[in-house]
Amino acid sequence: MTTTENRPQFKVVGTRPVRHDGLEKVTGKAKYGADVILPGMLYGKVLRSPHPHARIKSIDTSGALKIPGVKAVVTAKDLPIQSDKMVELGEAHANMKQIAENCLANDKVLYKGHAVAAVAATSPHIAEEALDAIKVVYEVLPFVLNVDDAMKPGATLLHENMVTRAVLGGKPDPAKQVGKSNVSSEMRWVGGNLEQAWKDSHVIVEREYFTKPVHQGYIEPHVTTVNWNPDGKITVWTSTQHTFGVRQQAAAILQVPEGMVKVIPMEIGGGFGGKINVYLEPAAAMLSKKTGHPVKMVMTRKEVFEASGPTSGSHMKMKVGATKDGKITGWQLWLAFEAGAYPGSPVAMGAMCSSAPYIVENFDVSALDIVVNKPKVAAYRAPGSPIGAFAVESTLDELAEKLGMDPMDFRLKNAAKEGTRQITGAPLGKIGNIEVMTQVKNHPHYKSPLPVGPNVGRGVGMGYWFNIGMQSSAALNVNPDGSVSLVTGSVDIGGTRVAVAMQAAEILGIRAEDVIPTVADTDSIGWTGVTGGSRTAFATGIAAINAAEEVKKQLIARAALMWEVKPEDIEFKDGLYINKKSPKDSVTMKQLAAKMMMTGGYVTASATANPRMAGAAYGAMIVDVKVDPETGKVDLLRVTAFQDAGKAAHPSYVEGQIQGGAVQGIGWALNEEYFHTTDGVMANSSWLDYRMPTSLDLPMIDPVIIEVPNPGHPFGLRGVGEVGICAPMAAIRNAIFRATGARMYHLPMNPGSIVEAIGAKKAAGHTNGAAKK
Amino acid sequence: MAKKVIVQANLNDNDTEFLSEPRQSLLEVLRETLALTGTKEGCNDGNCGACTVMVDGRIVNSCLMLAVEAEGKKITTIEGIAQADKLHPLQQSFLEEAALQCGICTPGFIVAAKGLLDREPKADEHRVRHWLAGNLCRCTGYDKIIRAVLKAEKEL
Amino acid sequence: MAEKGAKARALAGGTDLLVQLRVKRYIVDRVVDVKHIAEMNELSYSDSKGLVLGAAVPCYRVYEDKHISAKYPGLYDSASLIGGIQIQTRAGIGGNLANAAPSADAIPSLIALGATANIAGPKGKRSVPVEHFCTGPGKSVLQDGELLVSMSIPPPQAKMGSTYIRFIPRNEMDIAVVGVGVSVVLNGNSIKSARIALASVGPTPIFATEAGNWLTGKAPTEDSVMQAAEAAKKAAKPITDMRGTIEQRIHLVGVLTKRSLLSAITRAKEAR
Repeated sequence: MTTTENRPQFKVVGTRPVRHDGLEKVTGKAKYGADVILPGMLYGKVLRSPHPHARIKSIDTSGALKIPGVKAVVTAKDLPIQSDKMVELGEAHANMKQIAENCLANDKVLYKGHAVAAVAATSPHIAEEALDAIKVVYEVLPFVLNVDDAMKPGATLLHENMVTRAVLGGKPDPAKQVGKSNVSSEMRWVGGNLEQAWKDSHVIVEREYFTKPVHQGYIEPHVTTVNWNPDGKITVWTSTQHTFGVRQQAAAILQVPEGMVKVIPMEIGGGFGGKINVYLEPAAAMLSKKTGHPVKMVMTRKEVFEASGPTSGSHMKMKVGATKDGKITGWQLWLAFEAGAYPGSPVAMGAMCSSAPYIVENFDVSALDIVVNKPKVAAYRAPGSPIGAFAVESTLDELAEKLGMDPMDFRLKNAAKEGTRQITGAPLGKIGNIEVMTQVKNHPHYKSPLPVGPNVGRGVGMGYWFNIGMQSSAALNVNPDGSVSLVTGSVDIGGTRVAVAMQAAEILGIRAEDVIPTVADTDSIGWTGVTGGSRTAFATGIAAINAAEEVKKQLIARAALMWEVKPEDIEFKDGLYINKKSPKDSVTMKQLAAKMMMTGGYVTASATANPRMAGAAYGAMIVDVKVDPETGKVDLLRVTAFQDAGKAAHPSYVEGQIQGGAVQGIGWALNEEYFHTTDGVMANSSWLDYRMPTSLDLPMIDPVIIEVPNPGHPFGLRGVGEVGICAPMAAIRNAIFRATGARMYHLPMNPGSIVEAIGAKKAAGHTNGAAKK
Repeated sequence: MAKKVIVQANLNDNDTEFLSEPRQSLLEVLRETLALTGTKEGCNDGNCGACTVMVDGRIVNSCLMLAVEAEGKKITTIEGIAQADKLHPLQQSFLEEAALQCGICTPGFIVAAKGLLDREPKADEHRVRHWLAGNLCRCTGYDKIIRAVLKAEKEL
Repeated sequence: MAEKGAKARALAGGTDLLVQLRVKRYIVDRVVDVKHIAEMNELSYSDSKGLVLGAAVPCYRVYEDKHISAKYPGLYDSASLIGGIQIQTRAGIGGNLANAAPSADAIPSLIALGATANIAGPKGKRSVPVEHFCTGPGKSVLQDGELLVSMSIPPPQAKMGSTYIRFIPRNEMDIAVVGVGVSVVLNGNSIKSARIALASVGPTPIFATEAGNWLTGKAPTEDSVMQAAEAAKKAAKPITDMRGTIEQRIHLVGVLTKRSLLSAITRAKEAR
């Protein structure tokens, strides 16, 4: 496998062609999940629990079935009984029984909004009216809404028989006393000598942090259309990040063979990790089976908030020490993440990732996964990492301040590099951590004076995401006109069609426009993993490269046949197939393609790749803020976001990932949260009150792409989708401190909390107040 | 359910007649009855702008307008923005500037931006940001969208 | 509407109503589109009668009218920040008032400008000062079958300025955590009269009469304004909810009253 260092300049990779699917998307012709209209289609709606925790005593659906236009009602009783089977879903493992119960509650509802029953009717309005006619008797139970309440002795248990899984250094920890609890797992990593480390410390900072659940906020609500034919064949038209994952989950929940389920990917209106688990498919399938019609179900925005995955709220503690010259001595981190109603928060990833930018030798890191009466969390862009990074990058900022060190000098002094062992013991591969930090330190933004005026401050933060590889498939068909059709199974969530097509074009020496990409259904392409984990341009790219290499090999053979020489006598250079024996004989791919029928038929190739070295990504942010001390409002004056992309296949879409991640982080930092009332209801389940950033809340986001090639990819690509969300929260928090003197320990840092913190600082009369709520 | 009403409107330059229940939104009728699915639903309560259409030259959220209110109006949707053989400069600049990622908000942004450029062809960055504040995008951070609108102004 | 009483609602811009119907806040048999009633579309100004603002006039017609915007800058402020541009095509000041939300952005301006609400119903017509229009969250003096037809705002006095400022965590598309609408009339170097009204700090918009009256005869200085702001804080009776706490809201009433009065004083000085 070649690497970038010894590869000549690319012709296609690194350029900015117009994406192939763009025209249909700017003209409204592209078909998204909700745009499916089928003959005889019915509309499904879901009845959801009004209580955060209750036992279902009975469900009477007879009233709904009497309404004209209502065709069927389903409850959990209509689903096959599940066993506790674990499946791998890209960035998370999942228990099928729990996924099924999350789609339709069995004996208990575990959060407000938990699905209880579903109706199919001839119009969505009739289906909605029918929901009111379903009578559910609940026995209301006490509930817990945060990790601290969930851990209290005597707290109500969501899963009565759940026992904490204790893990030390990746292995079961027999020394740990465990019992029935809402804590599903407690993972711990210990290394070095922490006691000695504290003794060796010149400065120690110990702080505590709280964050709220936040939603991915994709603009397209969850949607599915399912048709179940009497012969057992099930077709699903859906908006998902993972067609094969939907097939796998649907087949497992419905207990049918996977081969009987075909998942057709519609264009997807955003996901950010939130469109991997199934929510609607099981109910839609059962409604279709009962009625013999296709059934379409679309969530309302309120349902998206109340019943699809946010990421975790958290409680975190960090203690970190350093020597006088700024070397980190000890590192103690305790993370407790809300999993929502079922186990599976990204807390372990939060622990590992937040430590990954630094050399940490003496450490004790704990990660607790805790169930609470809120919707089950789902993956959200670098799951867990941004939460942990908020604690780590905030605490390190205070440590650097106490040492009187520049925050980037402090980070560079402790920067992890290739070979540095992470807290798990695994060494880091070739990474761009130091390169990113150095770019930050040397960037004109970092060196520039602060904008003039009072209450202005600058902050920095780092972020890390490991990225994933996994299996992808690609098929290439050479057309007689010399263009190439590229078929993959990777749903295109933000420009991966073009990024993958460019890689095939690079190998074949043709233009990106001459590769025609299609995203195929699960019957039409080999198994392909999730569009997630920042893996698509990387892993599906490698599959496309491998298929393109095969096409090239065949075309070389065709050229050899044409000139009656051996394949090794053909040289491929700059898109030309040249006869080395007679260098005036050269043909383009187009000319070869035109002669395919005379040289042995159409050229096709397919490939499956399962790469491992995804190439970890580091990112950083510099942000200048201005705070209105009277109202607590934060204005972002200047934002620069840095990221190691390995090699940016299509720089515009890499920039887009950096900018999009930055802005999701900005929303998380300042305003976004699940605001639960004391009765366990999310009070702000609309975009009006959830408050995602609008265009007017932001400046331009200046992206800086750093390219430290990933040796695990022929062109050096690293995953680029996720790490951009990790740094902003701490960077903004550190900037707010420099603007106001107030240290924030909660997310979101909304105006009210900033006014409070400024007030508390004034009352305390000094700037080094201890970490308190 | 009240009886359906016949509504006559000019839709993307075609005089059109359609049936609507009084309770149906313009968005629902555009998508489900007229199969103009380019107009998207993101929230159904006027907070995301994905369903933006033009009514008599002004932008509205089609989720917050009843279809029966379209009687006698001129409606322009994303399907009516391009000419037969030529994209609108906004559509072209969105492509060139990579101003879309998932693309679900794109029709709403393009229609809304057209509403701005039709009346203020020299709007500055702040005005563009202000005008588009009713359109949510979660993928791009808006940067490339704003640049695309400013670029289209130069092309117009 | 008279026939259906409480089971009927008037539809003007619909930007509140359609959402309320979807979440079943109101269960109705009839929605009456009032946009075709001429009186409800009137937007006219005369120096004798002042402004007649039909209840179905959308926001954009108010803020795009340069003459009216100049006469009533506080009303311009309100009209140009309700919702986004899409909302402003349809939503109007009248709907904002009739919907009677405590957080309504237009009502403080209407109160500050001394507006009256003109109501028509089965028993004839009547007019109510806007400060007496709202009776609770979403509740008003409108009886079943009655309709808000228009609002009348007296012509501005000489050297009068008005301002509406709200606080929201974002820069657009939010419900006011607190809103303050004020008008100030200057007489040489003193304040002749001032009116202050508050949004989102009680079950209805609040007319802070004591704070406004206190300013009468005072110099238009930052010091006077600070004291009036303290008085306005006493008039606020907020609750804690997802949009803000009691303490934050009372604090913001002070901040925004100060800022809006200073702005209105500047505008008054610039006014004829």
